[in-house]
Amino acid sequence: MSWITGVGLLPFGRHEGKNTIDLMSEAATLALDDAGLKRGDIDGVLTGYATTMPHIMLATVFCEHFGLSPAYAHGLQVGGATGFAMAMLAHELVAAGRLKNVLVVAGENRLSAPGGRDKIVETLAQVGHPVHEVPLGPTIPAYYGLVANRYMHEHGVSEADLAELAVLMRSNAATHPGAQFRELITIADVLASKPIARPLKLLDCCATADGAAAFVVSRERTGEAAIRIIAAGQAHTHQHISEAPSLTEFGARLSMDRAIAACGRKLATTDADYLAIYDSFTITLVILLEELGLAPRGQSCRMAREGYFSRTGTKPLNTHGGLMSYGHCGVAGALAHLVETQLQMTGRAGNRQVADAGLAFLHGDGGVMSSHVSLIMERQA
Amino acid sequence: MSDMIRYQRCTPCGHVWYFVRSFCPKCGTREPQALEASGDGVVHAVTIVERAPTPDMKALAPYTLVMVDAAEGFRLMAHGTPGLAIDDRVSGSVVELAGHPIPFFKRA
Repeated sequence: MSWITGVGLLPFGRHEGKNTIDLMSEAATLALDDAGLKRGDIDGVLTGYATTMPHIMLATVFCEHFGLSPAYAHGLQVGGATGFAMAMLAHELVAAGRLKNVLVVAGENRLSAPGGRDKIVETLAQVGHPVHEVPLGPTIPAYYGLVANRYMHEHGVSEADLAELAVLMRSNAATHPGAQFRELITIADVLASKPIARPLKLLDCCATADGAAAFVVSRERTGEAAIRIIAAGQAHTHQHISEAPSLTEFGARLSMDRAIAACGRKLATTDADYLAIYDSFTITLVILLEELGLAPRGQSCRMAREGYFSRTGTKPLNTHGGLMSYGHCGVAGALAHLVETQLQMTGRAGNRQVADAGLAFLHGDGGVMSSHVSLIMERQA
Repeated sequence: MSDMIRYQRCTPCGHVWYFVRSFCPKCGTREPQALEASGDGVVHAVTIVERAPTPDMKALAPYTLVMVDAAEGFRLMAHGTPGLAIDDRVSGSVVELAGHPIPFFKRA
């Protein structure tokens, strides 16, 4: 058993003059305050990585700066899946009785660091194979562009269909004061946006941001919040898209099945009251929703258009606006999904509040649909 | 300059693959065969990179990247001629591009 006792999320966008450690410290402060915990209560710290601060001991650097001397601390790296992987590990450590309060924190000045977007595009392209992929000049959007092209071919999905998810994320972000992009967009805007790696265009892609997020995973409740992580699972099928077993079927289902098996109850993703699904690109969100059984193959875009995944719909999804519109600052990008989930489940989402979020399913991927992590969160009655 | 695309094959288990290794990733047998591919294949997926990652590649953009299913049973990423589409039959070899040996495919 583990509880998410406190959460903290900064606005994403531009935080000029602040580095990774500054941003992490701000989010950690918010999370500790929210949990009602002091520095001395934290006995475990998990961080991710930061492309703008590629230190080999990021967790220790953070602990020293923030003033923590925990019994357990280290960084963890699984690309975009890192945030949920940290949550899973914190849950496992706490549930095993090993630690009492684990601070999970990530942040990055990805947008305002020297080099800005150009630098991050080049850096992230390096997840490709150094001999057989990177010299060809692919980018992360290019890897996903290949996936999108094949998925659209096999499942009859169009560029306008994919755009539905970008429009939905933006309409969600419009209601969150911390979101990087809040101006409403249309399908036509997405289709007319600058081509990046066809069929993907600028508005199909997540947004480069500065930001940070944090939360505390605890063995005991520390206040009103009664939100538990009840289970987690992972699946890792490949690293490079060239070696992926398929360009249309990935490890999401396997990962979620393992999480469901771990919770020991007969749950299905369709039992969810709230969904937090990684949305690095429109195609990522489409494939994950469909693979996780939340929409039949090829149907998630139509269902989004009909309002199924809207805040007031059947399965509210990423009500903060996701990576596409709340913004993406690396590891903290997915942490924002988890923070928003906890706010929704505790009834603290204000004008974004969904009807009733008692059970939530979260899923993230890293690489090119390579590493998958699934979480199930539940509100204690 | 043009060279053949290479791949590897495990003699005992028959597995074929593209990323160079000193062992078979399926069964672990060492010293796999290094083979030259025919260059024949079918396009599995295509993207056109408009936003290139480096100054070198920006000079070439937009360029077409393809995933090709080689006749020998492995899949690889390559450059291709503009206009290639899924299911096109293609023929490829290794050419030099921006100083690197790059597999390049055109319609067969």
